[in-house]
Amino acid sequence: MFAYILRRILYIVPIALGVTLLVFALVHIAPGDPLNAVVGPDAPAEVVESLRRAYGFDRPLPVQYLIYLGNVLTGDLGQSVATGRPVVADLGRALGNTLILSVGAAIVGFTSGILLGALAGWHRGGLTDRLATLVTVIGVSVPHYWLGMVLVIVMAVELNLLPAMGMAPGGEGWGFTTTHLKHAVLPVITMSVIPMGIVARSVRATVAEVLQQEFVQALRAKGLGRGPVLRHVVRNVAPTIVSVLGLQFGYLLGGSILIETVFSWPGTGFLLNEAIFKRDIPLLQGTILMLGLFFVLLNLLVDIAQAALDPRMRRS
Amino acid sequence: MPPESIPAAATDAAPAAAAPLLSVSGLTVSFDTPRGRASAINGVDFTLKRGELLCLLGESGSGKSVTLRALMRLLPERRSRVAGSVLLNGEDVYRLPERRMERLRGKAISMVFQEPMLALDPVYTIGQQIAETIVRHEGTSAAEAERRALELLEKVQIPSAKRRLHAYPHEMSGGMRQRAMIALALSCNPSLLLADEPTTALDATVQMQILLLLRQLQAELDMAVILVTHDIGVAAETADRVAVMYAGRFVELGSARQVLKDPRHPYTAGLLASTVQGDMRGRPLDTIPGAPPDLTALPPGCAYAPRCPYGDGSTLTASPPEVWLEPGRMARCVRAKAMAGATAVAD
Repeated sequence: MFAYILRRILYIVPIALGVTLLVFALVHIAPGDPLNAVVGPDAPAEVVESLRRAYGFDRPLPVQYLIYLGNVLTGDLGQSVATGRPVVADLGRALGNTLILSVGAAIVGFTSGILLGALAGWHRGGLTDRLATLVTVIGVSVPHYWLGMVLVIVMAVELNLLPAMGMAPGGEGWGFTTTHLKHAVLPVITMSVIPMGIVARSVRATVAEVLQQEFVQALRAKGLGRGPVLRHVVRNVAPTIVSVLGLQFGYLLGGSILIETVFSWPGTGFLLNEAIFKRDIPLLQGTILMLGLFFVLLNLLVDIAQAALDPRMRRS
Repeated sequence: MPPESIPAAATDAAPAAAAPLLSVSGLTVSFDTPRGRASAINGVDFTLKRGELLCLLGESGSGKSVTLRALMRLLPERRSRVAGSVLLNGEDVYRLPERRMERLRGKAISMVFQEPMLALDPVYTIGQQIAETIVRHEGTSAAEAERRALELLEKVQIPSAKRRLHAYPHEMSGGMRQRAMIALALSCNPSLLLADEPTTALDATVQMQILLLLRQLQAELDMAVILVTHDIGVAAETADRVAVMYAGRFVELGSARQVLKDPRHPYTAGLLASTVQGDMRGRPLDTIPGAPPDLTALPPGCAYAPRCPYGDGSTLTASPPEVWLEPGRMARCVRAKAMAGATAVAD
């Protein structure tokens, strides 16, 4: 087990390097001159040239990459072209905000998804199964920005129960107060619908598959009752579900451009949206790099959790 | 269930000792399938004494495994219908509440499955799985249960048992896994062990070891065993009595010697003629023409009649009765008496 974990951690290094390489290449893959965002297209040539030197664009690409890598390793993601603020600061705040939404959505979506899926899988073919399947199909099919708008219209505009947008009455800033929590309710619900559907579907399939295996009958043949058999089923379902949950949490962390825009929630999705429209390359690079690394890290955690739960995984 | 039947069974200790351990009568099982109702078991009657080994012999789909599962009341309740009675130590298995039934499963009656790789939980160690059963039925401490599990692994002759206790099923060989499965089934000293083709998934050399082990443990623990197999060699090697199954019925029943040397049902005779026995070099094997019947549309008469070489049409419509040739010796065929010595089985 220890050797397995060590090996998985070592695998991270090339993957993370790959991510930085991709993010670095972004500047050169994106159409147009990156300097256009800083100065207008009609700026004098010598100004453009001095900026080019200032940003290091006159150096050979490998050297540029190494400099970039060095900066990243020392925690320097550059400055936002639009605001001049360090990318790390903006990103940190946005990640914190998205974390509130994604943890909330994970709690709501994962619990409801696991419950729905487990019920459906346990009673496969019955009425419960069909109802649960209906809910999950709706969950994954409804466009969530549309759902967000409908929720805003019903809950905020018509019923006036919850605030329509923003993190707080005064704009940004989070605290665990009733007002703040109220602001989070609608975006969290909207965001939890898709993971709920996906988690429910995989839990249903996995539970149904495990229940069909002969060892479940063998457990009954040992004299185990419903509860202990259920415990065995959970232990067998867990490795698969953990990987689904990990992946879904990764998507949630990326934030949702659409949801954060609908609800004016200043998270990573919102930030990405801004960076793209303003051609703020350093901000874009920093955000994508951070999200990419989060994903890699999450995958590592999932792999370790899976190996801990399923002895058959430890060999490979 | 009637409340007076529990004390009655419990206090009548003296007659119970003489009574058979297991008494099955009129057992029928049918399943709901998309193609209609499939009649898997169509009236099975037999008794089993303590310490006796009965072999159920038959091809796939003849109802052998379903019979075993029906004896343990393990069939899926929603999709199956069971009728008849299964008396284990005088208690009707089908009239017990589920909670009491759970107490019997794995204790008084336990099962060895065909494919131990599938029948063992892949994410628990062998030791945990055995200990779990012991704790469940005997309420011992976890440490005591683990000590017993180690003893059991040694009893089924698993080398370096202490290490295997902490092994997962996928870390063991097929034969080792089946030994572990047997240890699990024996963990609470059952009086009846059901073995569902326990050697089919194993290499030929390992098959023999497992059969010998089962035979030895059966004698040592004075267990009754019902062994399901489609392998006549296995039946000849192990059984006290043999029951031949076809389309959910016992078509022939008797001592192993009687049934395998002097078959009185054309199906048994066909089965023997289609199997390699003794020195048959250079002689072609016979085959039974046709295929087993569709269980959702069984013929009204003898289920074997369409394939029967002796069939004259009369058994196609009327089901032949059980013909008792002597006590304990039955063949369900109108020709049961005439069949005497009809087949020359190479010996």
